[in-house]
This record gives sequence, C-alpha cells and structure tokens, in this order.
Amino acid sequence: MATPRPLPTTSLQLPDPLPLDSGQVLDGVTMAYETYGTLASDRRNAILVPHALTGDQHLASEHPITGKPGWWVRMVGPGKPIDTDRFFVICANVIGSCMGSSGPAALDSDGRPWAMRFPVITIRDMVRAQVALLDVLGIERLHAVVGGSMGGMQTLSLAANFPDRADRVLAIATTARHSAQNIAFHEVGRQAIMADPNWQAGDYYGTGAAPDKGLSVARMAAHITYLSEAGLTGKFGRRFQDRPDGTAGGRSFGFDADFQVESYLRHQGLAFTDRFDANSYLYITRAMDYFDLAEEHGGRLADAFAGTRARFCVVSFDTDWLYPTSESRSLVQALNAAAAPVSFVELSAPYGHDSFLLDVPALDRVVKGFLE
Amino acid sequence: MSLRPDLAVIARHVAPNTRVLDVGCGEGELMAELQASRQVDARGLELDPVAVERCVARGLSAVQGNADRDLADYPDKAFDYAILSQTLQTARRPDVLLDELLRIGASTFVSFPNFAYWRNRLALLWRGRMPVTRNLPVSWYETENIHHLTVGDFDELLARLQVTTERRWFFANDREIAPAGANWRAEHAVYLLRR
Repeated sequence: MATPRPLPTTSLQLPDPLPLDSGQVLDGVTMAYETYGTLASDRRNAILVPHALTGDQHLASEHPITGKPGWWVRMVGPGKPIDTDRFFVICANVIGSCMGSSGPAALDSDGRPWAMRFPVITIRDMVRAQVALLDVLGIERLHAVVGGSMGGMQTLSLAANFPDRADRVLAIATTARHSAQNIAFHEVGRQAIMADPNWQAGDYYGTGAAPDKGLSVARMAAHITYLSEAGLTGKFGRRFQDRPDGTAGGRSFGFDADFQVESYLRHQGLAFTDRFDANSYLYITRAMDYFDLAEEHGGRLADAFAGTRARFCVVSFDTDWLYPTSESRSLVQALNAAAAPVSFVELSAPYGHDSFLLDVPALDRVVKGFLE
Repeated sequence: MSLRPDLAVIARHVAPNTRVLDVGCGEGELMAELQASRQVDARGLELDPVAVERCVARGLSAVQGNADRDLADYPDKAFDYAILSQTLQTARRPDVLLDELLRIGASTFVSFPNFAYWRNRLALLWRGRMPVTRNLPVSWYETENIHHLTVGDFDELLARLQVTTERRWFFANDREIAPAGANWRAEHAVYLLRR
C-alpha cells in the first residue's frame, strides 16, 4: 500500500484536539467508522467493537480493498450473537491505522503524508479517539464494549479510563499488558519493515516503492503467533506444495516454497501488503507494546478497575499462546480484587489466538448470553 | 424451579442484598435463585468450562477455576457468604479449602453427603463393597469423591479448626430430619459456619 487512496467509508473530524500520552496533541483527527443496526431513541443500545492490530472498521460489511466479508461477520449481524436487529454496533478504524482514520499514511495539514512525523500513540490514545467519536455520535453510555486481541486491550482500557462509558465489558483473547515475548515478536516485524530499502525512513509514499517485502515478512512472523502448533500441523503438516505445472511437489534442493506451510505464509504476507500500510504497522505494534494497564494505574492492576460498576467477561482459548489463559487469569484476579462482577471462561478451540475470529460456537453462546 | 433440598435450605437462609460466592456453582441454579428471590450479588467459581459457559449465557457471573487453587486470589471477607455445596469431598485438601472459605466469606455454608448414613454402612457391612446409592451413584474407581466424610468427622474437623457452627440441617430422602442420630440417619448435611 504505497499511496493513500480514498476509501468508501463514513468518516468525521473530531471537533477537539486529541491529547496524547506522549504529551503531544493531535489536531483535526479524522475517524473513519462503520455502524450497523439502528440507534434506539434512548441511545442505550450501542455496542462499540474496537478492532485488532490489522483489523479495520469493516466489521460486518465487505472490505473495500479485498472484497472479502467483514472480519467478524460470523459474530455481528441480524440474529447473530451481537444482534444488529437489537443493537447499534459501532466499529471505528483506530488512529494510527490506514483505513481512513488519522495515521501515518494520511495527509497532514501541509498536504503531505504524515509518515514518521505522526506522533507515537498508545492504546489509551486510540480509546480517547473512540470516546471522542462516541461524544460526537451522542452516545453517553454503551450497552457494551466488546473486543478481541488488541480490540480487547482497548476494551479494557476504556473500562479502566472511562468507567462510566460502558455497562458491559467483554474482553476476548487478550491481555492487560504486553509480555516480553509479545514485544519481541513485534520487534522482529518492525525490524523487517525498517530493513527494507524501500522503507526510506518512512517516506515511501508517492515514490512508487513501498516496503512490501519487509511488511510481508512482518506479517508472516506475526501470523505464526496467531496459530497453534497443532493447527499448523493439522493444516499443513510436512506436506509439499504442488509444482506450478501441477505435478506433485517435493524437495527442490533450492529455496522455493517446497512446503505448503511456506507457500501459505508467503501468500499471507503478500496479500497483507495490498491492504495495509507498513508505517501503520510500526505505529500500532508500538502502541501494543507500550500497553500495560497496571503501570498506567500506579502498578496495581486492581486499581485500574477500582470503583467500576460495569459487568466484565473475560474469555481465553486453550491453544492461544500469544495471550495465554494465564494472562486472562491475572486480569480476572485483579477484577475480583476490585470486587467487579466478572465472569471468566477458557474455551477449547484448535485455532490458537485466531480462535476469536473463527468458528467456535461456545464463544457465540458466551457473547450472546453476556450481552443480554 | 425446584432446587436440590440442600440448596433450597441455603437459599432460604441467605440474607437479602448480600454478596455471595458459590464455589462449585455448576450451571448456576442456586445463584439464579438467590439473584431472583433475594436480590443477592452472586458470583460463581466452577471447574467445568461448559457449566461456566451456561452460567454466562444466562446472565450470571461465573469464573472458571479450581477451588483448590484459585480461591487464594479472593481478598479476605470479600463476600458475606461463601457456599460450598456437595464439593468438599472432592477437594484435594478439604481442611485447607474450608480455611479458605472461612477467610473469604463472613459466613460459610457447606453441604456434603454423609458417608455414615445407615444405607452406606449396610452396604459395607453386609456386602463388603463401597456403597453405590442414589446420593453416591458412581463406583469407587470413577467417583470424584476422593475424601469421603461423615457428620462425626466434620464436627471433629470443625472443633480442631476452631470453627463456630451457627446452624446445621440434615436430610434423608430429600426431607429435612431432626438432628438426633444424624450421623446414622442423615444422607446429607448442611452447615452454616463462622470463624
């Protein structure tokens, strides 16, 4: 994604400058968002769904670039667990991203792309922007905030920093802080992008060359962390990829994609560069690495939720080694210590971290029940 | 909705508008009853993920976890009542579990099957076999009950742990019975405890 392009989506400009954790202030923030369902006259049926690292606002509608169905279409829609016949569902592109909201690929007031002049942001900054969007939309109190992965971090951050804004908080496959291992994987991705000569210190917009190789490697490394070992083995094992002429593959004694898993990862990496901006990847992974909800609240996670009146539900998956169940348990422990009403369940699913996006009927039942 | 007799007696004796932790809450029958009839703020702890999922699906707050391990996470006197129904005999260390419950709850309800019930005694005495009854329906090799106990055993443990018994209820054939000869006559028992 070398050049910013106009995308079909709803967007608006936030009326006030956005103060950031870095101390900087972002003026004229654009928020691109999609809504599904109808806002009730009392404005009490709104559900905010913050998206994950490479997600976007196209939650339950076709992606304008890939043409694929929305990323959570199995969860959100008429009659679905997040039922758009009952709820008004809002999904906004996070700031720092590249699907229409303010980010490094968007234009600064001087008409040039922000690139690396865009301020480094945090998860809390993303949430501030979403809350400002809710203000503009006239939604004072959410029926629920629901998010998986980085969406779960925003969900928790909203509950901690804006405790009066949501009645229910549902955090799926997530963590209250990024671990050393999480940061390490992200650093591999960032280094891959910055090592690509096409990165050009971030100023690649309009040059006809973008760091697609680097971004693709970053995506490949990250993609492994989203799957389980058993899932990879089940899907690919050590099977060889058929040759382009259709004959059965095998060892080429070279460095083509002999194995199906190699071919799959290369495809994932390449396809990603069509829809995502490399600088956005740097900014968003950095925001995730900075995330530590306890640190924001004096070092004690329970204090992040002191005095909350929301109901919480935390869900983990037994094959998720990126944000393992132990992380969810510490979160639940903190919520218990804060005397918050909390439910927690570890669901069994074979797909690793990505389970929250995939066919796990038990998750559907939990989400539906919790939103009642 | 008809609750199991031991749960019904607990439900009747929980004060309204209190905070309750139901340890081994199953699918939340007692919590639902307490919330509906006594406006209790009920939380559950349950080992079985499917049961927890059912609790959440019916709007109850339940945490999947292991009573032997996860009660340590709860602050002292976090609840007005801690409830442990028909679970004590499955604990790895019932004495430690009881200690934890008394720490977390201002009062604690414990219910358990009485192994010294006369039918169990007969099964052992006449047949020389571990009893399989309506209340203990699972064979010795697959039962989750790893620490069978009697009313007499429990009273001794309470004395040793210096726990005060506020009240006791005994049941046979799903009916409450008088406490006389409970160690013979009771199929199961409910205790209200305090320290």
